[in-house]
Amino acid sequence: MPETAVKHLSRAWTVNDPLVSVSDLKVWFPVASGMMQRTVGHVHAVDGVDLDIKAGETLGLVGESGCGKSTLGRTVIRLIEPTAGTVKFKGEDITHVRRGHLRALRREMAMIFQDPYASLDPRQTVGDIIGEPIDVHGLAKGKERQERIRELLRVVGMNPRYADRYPHEFSGGQRQRIGIARALAVEPTLIICDEPISALDVSIQAQIINLLENLQSKFKLTYLFIAHDLSVVKHISNRIAVMYLGKIMEIAPGGQLYTRPRHPYTGSLLSAIPIPDPKIELRRERMILQGDVASPVSPPSGCRFRTRCPRAREHCAEEVPPLEAFGDEHKAACFYPLD
Amino acid sequence: MTQPLLEVQDLHTVFSTKDGLVKAVDGVSFELNPGETLGIVGESGCGKSVTALSIMRLQRPGRIVGGKVMFKGQDMTRISEYEMREIRGREIAMIFQDPMTSLNPVYRVGWQVAEPTRLHHGWDAKRALASAVNMLGRVGIPSAAARARDYPHQFSGGMRQRVMIAMGLTTTPQVLIADEPTTALDVTIQAQILDLLRHVNREFGTATILITHNLGVVAGMCQRLMVMYAGKIVEAGPTADVFANPKHPYTWSLLRSIPRLDAERHEPLKPIEGLPPNLVDLPNGCAFHPRCVFRVERCQRDVPSLLQVGDTQRAACWVTQAGTELKGA
Repeated sequence: MPETAVKHLSRAWTVNDPLVSVSDLKVWFPVASGMMQRTVGHVHAVDGVDLDIKAGETLGLVGESGCGKSTLGRTVIRLIEPTAGTVKFKGEDITHVRRGHLRALRREMAMIFQDPYASLDPRQTVGDIIGEPIDVHGLAKGKERQERIRELLRVVGMNPRYADRYPHEFSGGQRQRIGIARALAVEPTLIICDEPISALDVSIQAQIINLLENLQSKFKLTYLFIAHDLSVVKHISNRIAVMYLGKIMEIAPGGQLYTRPRHPYTGSLLSAIPIPDPKIELRRERMILQGDVASPVSPPSGCRFRTRCPRAREHCAEEVPPLEAFGDEHKAACFYPLD
Repeated sequence: MTQPLLEVQDLHTVFSTKDGLVKAVDGVSFELNPGETLGIVGESGCGKSVTALSIMRLQRPGRIVGGKVMFKGQDMTRISEYEMREIRGREIAMIFQDPMTSLNPVYRVGWQVAEPTRLHHGWDAKRALASAVNMLGRVGIPSAAARARDYPHQFSGGMRQRVMIAMGLTTTPQVLIADEPTTALDVTIQAQILDLLRHVNREFGTATILITHNLGVVAGMCQRLMVMYAGKIVEAGPTADVFANPKHPYTWSLLRSIPRLDAERHEPLKPIEGLPPNLVDLPNGCAFHPRCVFRVERCQRDVPSLLQVGDTQRAACWVTQAGTELKGA
């Protein structure tokens, strides 16, 4: 495939700068109630996030359901307009860009969704599903278009003849391959992978993970990999950000996060993940969290994790802990971090 | 040897679909001993849930077309529906993946948890409710007396699963069947529920069948496990032995294909190639042979039965039954 197009977006940006730079990002959704549907509060889905994604890396984003990880991912590629804060892509502020410019931007970004059953139109052929972004952006026509669709199918490990078939003829893993081919059709720089393997059978997950890794090195892609399964995220990511109730709690290279978590939430998340090895499982020390995640409509004061944190003290309720450096590339937001 | 509590013998359950007959459970036999936790592992469509539902006689629209389920000297596939109701919920309880759809949204939680004792023990509402509140407290629901007056939607997913477990335990059943009890839950909540199930097993001595697709969950919970593929048990044995030295190529490849949190270096995963089989149109011979890296000619022709391989395990594989070790790059 040809080199990534749409260079006009990049101005002073160089590959050494972050590809995406998010600062103090807030995404609030109104909560309506009563007969008049008045806004009675807001879901603080993303509530003050600072995050850089480097060109060519895989940044893993983990957290439990409702922590805001998917909303953050969608806001980065402007599927959602943020309430406050900025998103920069290749150095350019894209927080409020509109229409024509947004369309140009969308050639640089794509998304892969969790549910391969819901994210493909059942009435379109596989060829038309993959061809749609090609048509929208006017990338190819006629014979050339057909050839590109076939090439994309080959790239994701499918038979090019499948272009004439419909999604229901395929299994979950194959559908996810079709979704990946569609994402690649615009030759993006950045792909947001939102739980791309969670809906797949265990024996198929590794196929898709390997495919994503191969595509990344082949096309020099940058991934924001969103998932709740920390084992998968650790495998595929260079760095991992841990989210809880709309905030980043800790961010570090994968190995470091696993061997030396600093935030108590990361620690308990790691200890909650079962390891497929009975010898290890039986003598593992567990740090089982009490209670449930607090409401994102009225998050706790100070540190959001304090209501479940075994280390919480008075101070944690009074002040929001900032993300502080714990060595190279390792940051955590905790007043009383783990050793 | 202790007498097994539950004995499943050559169970066959089929579904009629417009594409043909699906043999969802195809000759499954196993025993459950008192007090143990037995894991059934497999991917979607392997028959693990239908096996559990068939034990409970809840397999409809599927039909049990062969085999026995022996419990306390009687074959549960042959007794009347009335007799079955005496066992279901009283001596064998079941909890499901999605606790929201298994609770009735219009009844208070306390009333629902009290139902088994009202029904099976004939307790009056007051006594049944008191015992339900007690049980809700024991499964870790804070201020149980007050929460018993709430409705299911007022509970979080993890709390609803606790409610389901409490409901299952009120009649102190001998067997608890847990079908993917933590799949719909977040990992920190999963850890809480697994911890509760361990506690239940210790405190009440309830024998548990834990059905899951998560090998990590089995590793930490079960003394013995069975691996299912395309309606059949392909490997069975003590959990430690099966993980250390799998005797079926499916188990072997599955264990190598999953990323591990404790992996020290980044190595590419080794996926199982191909797709899970179409149950309407199974391959001849061993159902796993098209995806198997060890297959020999015979695997395409004859169906292997589950036989002793090694000291403690059983496997349905021509290759390991012939003494070949599973090894590979």
